[in-house]
Amino acid sequence: MTTTIKRPVEVLELDRVTIRFAGDSGDGMQLTGTQFTRTAAVFGNDISTLPDFPAEIRAPAGSLPGVSGFQLSFSSSDIHTPGDQPDVLVAMNPAALKSNLGDLPPGGALIVNEDAFTPGNLNKVGYASNPLVDGSLSSWNLFAIPIGALNSRALEGLGLTSKQVDLTKNFFALGLMFWLYERSMEPTIKWIDDKFGKRPVIAESNRRALKAGYAFGETTEMFHTTYRVPAAHLPPGTYRNITGNEAAALGFVVAGQKAGRNLFYGSYPITPASDILHQLATYKNFGVKTFQAEDEIAAIGSAIGASYGGALGMTGTSGPGIALKSEAINLAVMVELPLIVIDVQRAGPSTGMPTKTEQADLLQVLYGRNGDSPIAVVAPATPAECFDLAFEAVRLALKYMTPVVYLSDAFLATGAEPWRLPDVDSLADISVANRTERAGFHPYDRDPVTLARPWAVPGTAGLEHRIGGLEKADISGNVSYDPDNHHLMQTLRAAKIAGIANDIPDLEVFGPAQGDLMILGWGSTYGSIRSAVERLQADGHAVAHAHLRHLNPFPNNTGAVLAGYRRVLIPELNLGQLLLLIRARYLVDAVGYDRVRGKPFRIAEIVAEAERLLAEN
Amino acid sequence: MTEPIAIAPTPEDPPLSPENAAVLVQLTRKDFVSDQEVRWCPGCGDYSILAQTQKVMPDFGFPKENIVFISGIGCSGRLPYYMNTYGFHTIHGRAPTIATGLKAARPDLMVWVITGDGDALSIGGNHILHSMRRNVDIKVVMFNNRIYGLTKGQASPTSEFGKVTKSTPAGTIDHPISPLSVALAAEASFIARSVDTHTEHLQATLNRVGWHHGSAFVEVLQNCNIFNDGAYREFTDREVREDRMLVLEHGKPMIFGKDRDRGLRLNGHQPEVVRLGENGMSEADLLIHDETDPLIAFMLSRIFWPEFPVPVGVIRDVRLPTHDELMTAQVEAAVAQRGVGDIHALLTGSETWLVE
Ligand SMILES: Cc1ncc(C[n+]2csc(CCOP(=O)(O)OP(=O)(O)O)c2C)c(N)n1
Ligand code: SF4
Ligand SMILES: [Mg+2]
Repeated sequence: MTTTIKRPVEVLELDRVTIRFAGDSGDGMQLTGTQFTRTAAVFGNDISTLPDFPAEIRAPAGSLPGVSGFQLSFSSSDIHTPGDQPDVLVAMNPAALKSNLGDLPPGGALIVNEDAFTPGNLNKVGYASNPLVDGSLSSWNLFAIPIGALNSRALEGLGLTSKQVDLTKNFFALGLMFWLYERSMEPTIKWIDDKFGKRPVIAESNRRALKAGYAFGETTEMFHTTYRVPAAHLPPGTYRNITGNEAAALGFVVAGQKAGRNLFYGSYPITPASDILHQLATYKNFGVKTFQAEDEIAAIGSAIGASYGGALGMTGTSGPGIALKSEAINLAVMVELPLIVIDVQRAGPSTGMPTKTEQADLLQVLYGRNGDSPIAVVAPATPAECFDLAFEAVRLALKYMTPVVYLSDAFLATGAEPWRLPDVDSLADISVANRTERAGFHPYDRDPVTLARPWAVPGTAGLEHRIGGLEKADISGNVSYDPDNHHLMQTLRAAKIAGIANDIPDLEVFGPAQGDLMILGWGSTYGSIRSAVERLQADGHAVAHAHLRHLNPFPNNTGAVLAGYRRVLIPELNLGQLLLLIRARYLVDAVGYDRVRGKPFRIAEIVAEAERLLAEN
Repeated sequence: MTEPIAIAPTPEDPPLSPENAAVLVQLTRKDFVSDQEVRWCPGCGDYSILAQTQKVMPDFGFPKENIVFISGIGCSGRLPYYMNTYGFHTIHGRAPTIATGLKAARPDLMVWVITGDGDALSIGGNHILHSMRRNVDIKVVMFNNRIYGLTKGQASPTSEFGKVTKSTPAGTIDHPISPLSVALAAEASFIARSVDTHTEHLQATLNRVGWHHGSAFVEVLQNCNIFNDGAYREFTDREVREDRMLVLEHGKPMIFGKDRDRGLRLNGHQPEVVRLGENGMSEADLLIHDETDPLIAFMLSRIFWPEFPVPVGVIRDVRLPTHDELMTAQVEAAVAQRGVGDIHALLTGSETWLVE
C-alpha cells in the first residue's frame, strides 16, 4: 500500500454522538457495533448501546426482516441511554436504509454502501428507483461509498473467495468510522489477532479491511470534518464494558461465593435469557453446575431440588417460561426454600417479539400463580446494575428462605455500558447457616425477625423430615387441613415477604423532595427517565425522579415520597402495571405513560408527556 | 433405635455396593417408619409397597439421613410421609426434575422417586424420558394401578383400550403404553417389574434397585381396590401366579409354571410359549435371560397376559456413567485445566481501563 497523504480536515469537538450500524444479518453489524463500543469505552467515553437484531437466524439476504442494527451512544459526559435518534446511520444495503431511515433526523449523516444498491436488492425491498440518485435523500447528509469494491481492492492478492472478501466489508465501514471519530484501531486489531491468530490470512484480511476504511477516510475528499468526543469524567476506578446478562451472571457467581454455596443453574434455552446459561456454563471451575433441562418446568424443578440439597438453586427464562414455571414457583413458596428465578422479559403475549424488549411480566411474576403466593421481586435499572441486583436477589433468597424473581429485560440484557469493577472483598458476607442442631428442631419453626424457616438439608443426622406442596401445620410442618392454621400460614408467608421492606434501602429521590411532578419508574426505563428529568430540571421545572429496584415489597418510604408531588407520572413499557400497583397500594392519583413498541422510551417522549402534565392544573 | 453413624459416603468410595454395606450403618425396618398415620384406603396395594420399601432400606447400610424420597402427586405420592428419611412431596409429574437437581447438587445422597402411572407417564412423561436418558442416579418406583386413584377413578395412560371409567363412560379410545417399553426407549440403565402382593419378589426387586448406580425404573403392579379392583387378579392370584407370570433370572432359561414345565423361546423373531418335553422341546431351546441385552429387554416389555405370561423381575441392568458422575467430572476437569476460579480475574474479564 502506498502511504497516504494527510489532508487538512477540520476537527469538531462534540459532547455526544449516536451511531447506528445497520445491515443484513450476515453483514456483521453486531460485531461492528460491539467493536466500536469497546474502543470508545476503553478510550474513556461513557457509552450506552442498543443492539436490535432480527428473530430470524438467517432471514433471506437483503430482505427487510433480515436487517440487523446496533445503536451506540458515546459521550464525554454521563449518559443514560443509547440515544433517541442516531446522528449517523451506516446502512450496508437498501433494506437497512429503508427500515432505519425514519429514525435519522434531517441533516443527519448517512453513510451508505453504494455497491449493495443493485436493481435486484432495490427491488427486493420495494424501491422503484435508486434513492442514492433519485434525490429522495436530499434532506440528509449522504455519503455514498462503494464499500464493497474498495474493500475487495484492498484485499487483492490474499487469495480469498469473493464471499470471504465480502464478509470483511463491515470492518471497512468500522475503519472509516474510527477515522471519522478519531478512534484508535488498536483494540480491534488486537481483537482480530486474538480471534484469528490461528488463521493468518483471515486475520490479515480483517486487518486490511479495517485499515483500508480508515485510509479511505483520510484520503477521500468526501469528508471535511472529523469529530472528537473527549473522555468522560467517570468516577475513578477500573472499568470494563459489560452487558446486563454478563453482569447478572457475574453477580450470581460472586453471590454464590459470598454465600459459601455452590451455584446450580437449571435452564431451558430462550431468547433473551440464554446467554446467562451460556456464560454460567463456562464457570465450572467456580464450582458452578449448569443443567440444560428438557423444559422450563424441569429447569425450575432441578433448581428447587438443588436448593433442597443446600446449593444455591437458580433458574432463568423469559416470560413464556415463567408461565410454565408458575406451579413450581408456588412449590418453592410452600416449602420455603431459597430459589432465584430470572426473568429476562421480552415482548409478549405468547411468543410475542422474542428479541424485543418490554416490561410486561411484572404482574405475572407477582400474581400469576394460584393462591396467595407472595414472593420477592427485584429489578435492575441499568446493565451494570444487573450485577448488584443479582447479588441482592441471592441475599434475600437465602436470608428469607424464599423464591426471589430477578426481573430484567431484553434491553438491559443485551445493552452495554461501562462498569466500574466492584471491590469483591468489601461485598457483604451473605452466608446463612444450615440447621444442624437436633434439639428443638421443627421444620416450620421461624426466625423471629425474618420469619425464615430453618434450612435442614438431607444428610443432616437427626433432622429427617418431610416437606411438600400440601399446606403445612405451623411449626411442625406436618400436613394440615385445619382452617385456622391455613389462615395463619397464609398470613405468615405474606408477613415474611412484607418484612423484607425493613431490610432494603429507602427509595431515593433525584431532584426536589417536593414539587410539581414525580416520575416514578422501574427497570430498564431508568436511563430515558433520568435523562428526561435532567432536561426538565434544567428548564426550571420542579420535577423529580425515583426508580424502584425492589418491586415486592416496595421500600417503606415509597408512599411518603409520592405524597410530596402534585402529580405522579409512571412511564412503563407495558400498559400500566406498576401504575396499577401504586394506585392500589398508596391511593395516589398517578397517571401512566405507556409505550409498547419493543423499544426503550425516547427521552423526548417522556419530556413531552411531563410537560403536558405540568401544563395541566 | 440404632443411633446412625454420621458417615457421608463420598463418590470416590461408592457406598452402594454390597461389599461396602458392612462398613456403614446397621438399621432395622422400624428405623424407617415415620410417626405419620398411613392414610391409604384399607386394602390398597400401596401398603405392601410401603412395607417392602421399609424392609429393604436397612439392606444398603446407608445412613437414613442420606436417603431421600421424592414423590409427585397421586395416592402413591404420599409414601414419603411414611418414611422416616428425608422426604419431599412435590407437584404432579415433576418429581424426577427435583430429584435430578438434588442429585446434581448432592451426589452423596440415595434418591428414590415415587410416582404413579398418571404422574409418571401422563403429566410427567417428558421428565421420565429425560431423567432416564441422562442416567440420573435415581430410583423410580412407579405404582401402576392403571387408573387415576387420587382423583377418583379416571382412565390413565396404562388403562386398557376400551376401559370404562368415570371420564370414559363409553370406553377409552386411547391405547395404553407399556411403561417398560417407555423406560427402555428412554435408555434407562435399570428396568424391572414386580407386584404389590408378591412381597418377597418385590423386596428382592427393590433390593436390586437400591444397589443400582444410574437411572432405575421399576414398575410395581398395584391394586387400587376402590377404583380398579382386580386389575391384575387373573395372573397375580396365588393359585395361578406361577402359571401366568414369568419370573426372570439373569443367565437362566425362561421357565415358568407351577411344575416348571413351560418356557419361552424365540420362533424366528416371535416369542413363543412352549411346553418342555412336547415336540422335542427342552431347556436348551429356551431363551436365556440376559439383563444386558436390549433386544431381550424390549421383547419382554412387549409381552403380557393373556397372550403370554407376565414377565417380572429385573429386565435390564447395565452400569453406565451417571449424570452426576459426568457433571462432577466436568467440574473437576475445569478445575484441573484452569485452576480453582479466581473471582477477581473473572470480574476483570479480558479488557479493562483505568479512570484516575
Ligand atoms: C397440575 C395438576 N393437575 C392435576 C392434578 C390432579 N391430580 C392429582 S393426582 C392425579 C392423577 C394421579 O394418578 P396416578 O399418577 O396414577 O396416581 P394414583 O393416585 O393412581 O396413585 C391428578 C390428575 C394435580 N394435583 N395437579
Ligand atoms: S384410591 Fe386406590 S390407589 Fe388410592 S389409596 Fe385408595 S385404593 Fe389405594
Ligand atoms: Mg394410578
